Amino acid sequence: MDTFLQLTVDALTLGSVYALIALGYTLVYGVLKLLNFAHGDVFMVGSFIGFGVLQLLGGTSKPVVPVWLLLVLMVLAAMVGCAVLGVVIERFAYRPLRDAPRIAPLISALGVSFFLANSMQLLFGATPRNYNIFDLANASLYTNGFNIGNVHVALLRIITVVSAFVLMVLLWLLVNRTRTGKAMRATSYDREAAAMMGIDIDKVIVFTFVLGSALAGAGGVLQSLRVPTTVAIGFVVGLKGFTAAVIGGIGSIPGAMAGGLILGFAESFSQGYISTKWSDLIVFSILIAFMIFRPQGLLGRADIRKV
Amino acid sequence: MTDSTPHGMHEGPAVGQDEWVARHAERRIMPSGPLGTIEDRIRRVPWWAWLILFLAAASTLPAFSSSGYVRYVAFSTVLYMLLALGLNVVVGWGGLLDLGFVAFYGIGAYAYAILDSDKFGIHLPTLVSLPLIVVVGAIVGFLLGLPSRRLTGDYLAIVTLFFLQLFQTITTNGDDAFGHNVTGGPNGILRIDPFHLGKHDLVVQHQGIFAVSYFYVALAFFAVVFVALRFVNQSRTGRAWRSQREDPLAAEAMGMPVNWLKLMSFSFGAAVAALTGTLFAAQAASVFPLTFYFVLLIIVYTMVILGGSGSQAGVVAGALIVSPLLELLRDPGKSRVIFFVGLVGGLLLMSRRSRALGMVAIATLAFGFAVHETLGAIDKSWIAGEHQGGFAGVTDHWVVAPAHLARWIAPTSYIGLIAVVLLVTLVRGRTRLVLLVPTLYLAAFVWENVMLAKPEPARYIVLGVILIALMILRPNGLLGERRVEIV
Amino acid sequence: MSILALKGVSLSFGGLKVVDSLDLQVNEGEIVSVIGPNGAGKTTLFNLITGIYRPDEGEITLDDQSIVGLQPHVISQRGVSRTFQTLRLFLNMSVKENVMAAAYGHTRAGVFRSMLRTPGMRREEREIEQLAQERLAFFGKRLMGYRWDQPAYSLSYANRRRLEIARATATNPRILLLDEPAAGMNPSETHEITELIGELRTEGGYTILVIEHDMHVVEGISDRVVALDHGVKIAEGSFDAVATNEKVVEAYLGLQTAATK
Repeated sequence: MDTFLQLTVDALTLGSVYALIALGYTLVYGVLKLLNFAHGDVFMVGSFIGFGVLQLLGGTSKPVVPVWLLLVLMVLAAMVGCAVLGVVIERFAYRPLRDAPRIAPLISALGVSFFLANSMQLLFGATPRNYNIFDLANASLYTNGFNIGNVHVALLRIITVVSAFVLMVLLWLLVNRTRTGKAMRATSYDREAAAMMGIDIDKVIVFTFVLGSALAGAGGVLQSLRVPTTVAIGFVVGLKGFTAAVIGGIGSIPGAMAGGLILGFAESFSQGYISTKWSDLIVFSILIAFMIFRPQGLLGRADIRKV
Repeated sequence: MTDSTPHGMHEGPAVGQDEWVARHAERRIMPSGPLGTIEDRIRRVPWWAWLILFLAAASTLPAFSSSGYVRYVAFSTVLYMLLALGLNVVVGWGGLLDLGFVAFYGIGAYAYAILDSDKFGIHLPTLVSLPLIVVVGAIVGFLLGLPSRRLTGDYLAIVTLFFLQLFQTITTNGDDAFGHNVTGGPNGILRIDPFHLGKHDLVVQHQGIFAVSYFYVALAFFAVVFVALRFVNQSRTGRAWRSQREDPLAAEAMGMPVNWLKLMSFSFGAAVAALTGTLFAAQAASVFPLTFYFVLLIIVYTMVILGGSGSQAGVVAGALIVSPLLELLRDPGKSRVIFFVGLVGGLLLMSRRSRALGMVAIATLAFGFAVHETLGAIDKSWIAGEHQGGFAGVTDHWVVAPAHLARWIAPTSYIGLIAVVLLVTLVRGRTRLVLLVPTLYLAAFVWENVMLAKPEPARYIVLGVILIALMILRPNGLLGERRVEIV
Repeated sequence: MSILALKGVSLSFGGLKVVDSLDLQVNEGEIVSVIGPNGAGKTTLFNLITGIYRPDEGEITLDDQSIVGLQPHVISQRGVSRTFQTLRLFLNMSVKENVMAAAYGHTRAGVFRSMLRTPGMRREEREIEQLAQERLAFFGKRLMGYRWDQPAYSLSYANRRRLEIARATATNPRILLLDEPAAGMNPSETHEITELIGELRTEGGYTILVIEHDMHVVEGISDRVVALDHGVKIAEGSFDAVATNEKVVEAYLGLQTAATK
């Protein structure tokens, strides 16, 4: 029973991080029909920004400000930094290709991903960065929390899950209940028509990237508080992220959350009960199954095109 | 009515509105006189003549250099050419974004490693294992292509990318597959047999130096694959591939089985990759999981896109450019040379359009000297850095190379460079020319001090930039066809 | 002898019934026109026949064999060929290649024979080229000569329409479905197309089902006319009978005009 609980807690935490990444993908795909391969690397940059802030304010072992403030600053800095990065990427690598055949921005995205990962390696080296060296392990983030049976649910995990959920709800409200959200939805249905109705497409797209990248940045920090980060994580994280988005239904916000959680559970439980080594295979099979039997994912809408 | 009409002259109906347009739309401005005749003659040389010429020239390479290293680079370039040909079938002809392509390369390599090594004690004759592995590659390609039936380009990209990840996982964890060591895990498989014909082994090394025979075997494989693929492309299958790439719905309506064609292109690409894998494994005598991962994927894609996807000659050219380039960029001295040659060459090329760029070059020169002298006057250690290799004299007198680089300089200058370059793309006219001067100088600074220090990520950064720039400026690459797409 | 027959065919998209219990038959050598206001379900009808959509109910047979549920390329190989309302040429391929490509369905050289360029494969290639030549020659000089090797995107609009028809005939179809062949053409081009469709029947021997809006064309070519509105067949018969039919006039021009006729 303990294992089950522990795995569930892990699954929820992991799934929430995946959900944050998936949200970013789903937003951008919904508006631009583009799979932003560089998204995972934006996540990675976020985790490094968090590390940078930590270094700046934490010094060697004693943080200069209270821990909770430190955390908030890290997340904010990552969100802002990644938002800027996302905007720059969109402006220079994707916008010129907006009317090109679909394959063009995809390959450009691959190039951006490669460029980002290697640039970070150039500047900061390939060694993993562990937040724990700042002695956060004894911080209240990890020790506080509550217990279910023998399983300790750290405060940090609660924060991760709750913030992912809150962000998702906020995002959903934004997209479905505000004018900006309406503009985003219109752009995603038919870009030209939206432009003709007076919507500033460029602004909508930039805004989408800001949101998506900020979420990735937040996810990056939250993830790195638990596991060390390196410059190379972008690829795998990105892959898992859009697998989650696809399973949940690309274009759907609750879908991204659902997909992230499903992925988290699938990975956590297969790692726990079967083997760490084969969890990827299991996730792949789930993905293929969805692709074959339900390509629109759980909550996505099926694409109807007039012939 | 056929191709015997001299270029530029057409038979046809009387001139009406659209006839005129048709006649003139395709006209090229040809240089007249001897240059024009030469260009015309070149255009008429049949493709197989070029191939034979290329093979002949390549074969003489060992005569020019007895260095094992150079010969090895030549060999690996041919491997890249094969991979590029394979990817070209899937991406260029099938129009499918297969991001798992290098997994087939790995499958071929690992299959050969398993079938021809001490690992399980199987030592199949080469003539048996090679065709077998090609077939296995084709089958796996087919299987991976099956989900593609219902998937659009983006989704297919994810599935194939995940397949690449899966291959990585399986090979890395394959040393404990239900208690059996199948793939050797992270330590790979060692002591793989070389190619052999009957009792004769094709030895991989002579006293530790790369055996040039493998280079010739690779060339032979290349020739066969090139010709075979070309013939397929010029048949009804090739037409069908092109049709389904243009408009899958119309192709289907005209009796072409689009799903089957996609599967065929997947299969062919995978088969070529698997064949190349065996060649690699035999020569390297060992295989490791990390060889067949994301980095290799990007390298092959860059070759294909640079050369021009859809054109066999193009992707071969892409491989011929990128492979040696990557190799040269490993060495700081040669990297420096490449940088300056590239810079000057680029400016020269572009100055054909705008004389002002020549001025920019001169201005940058002057600017550089000025900065160099000024900073040197302030503090000698700022320009005292020692650098070795080609064109080192340039850095000594022109580029600022501090003896000790403070830690904040690298990230700041690098990110600063990116910022200025992006800014340059945003402005126009004179502002752009003026801004170009410090930008070029900063680029030289960053190259010298930041990138030469770490050749490994640096050369990949170059690749990433090439890929992005290609898609924006010239998506059809060097020799790819310029396509008209309906919006 | 019936080539194509639809019995009780229905199709809905969500709650909207786009084709409702449709019966239709085309006999050998006939030219049947389908008319109706926009949204009547005409192109959907073509999509149903060619297998792009699957009917919810009803039967579609070609030469008395059911083609429901077959994949589009199989239906094409069985003998149903079509053109598209919005023109779907292979734009980056040459005129000649567009037509040669359509011969895929009735040719057999596989990839291995192509790789080895067997004599059989080469002979078949020559035959395909010959076939393309013949089909293009049907249009006189317009698509011949130097035009052969030009990319399809360089053709004028009218020529593109002609090319699409030529391509459709290269599949050696039993029945040809033409979706608004005269759309966007000026009067002289329209006249030419009308004659051409007639020639397709008389010289080519094709059986043709045409969707058309231009009543001059319909009048000039049709043995029979079928009128659709909102997915339902509202009239069938000779051109004169259908053109003056009350329901047809109402569908096109509204109740009042029908009342005054």
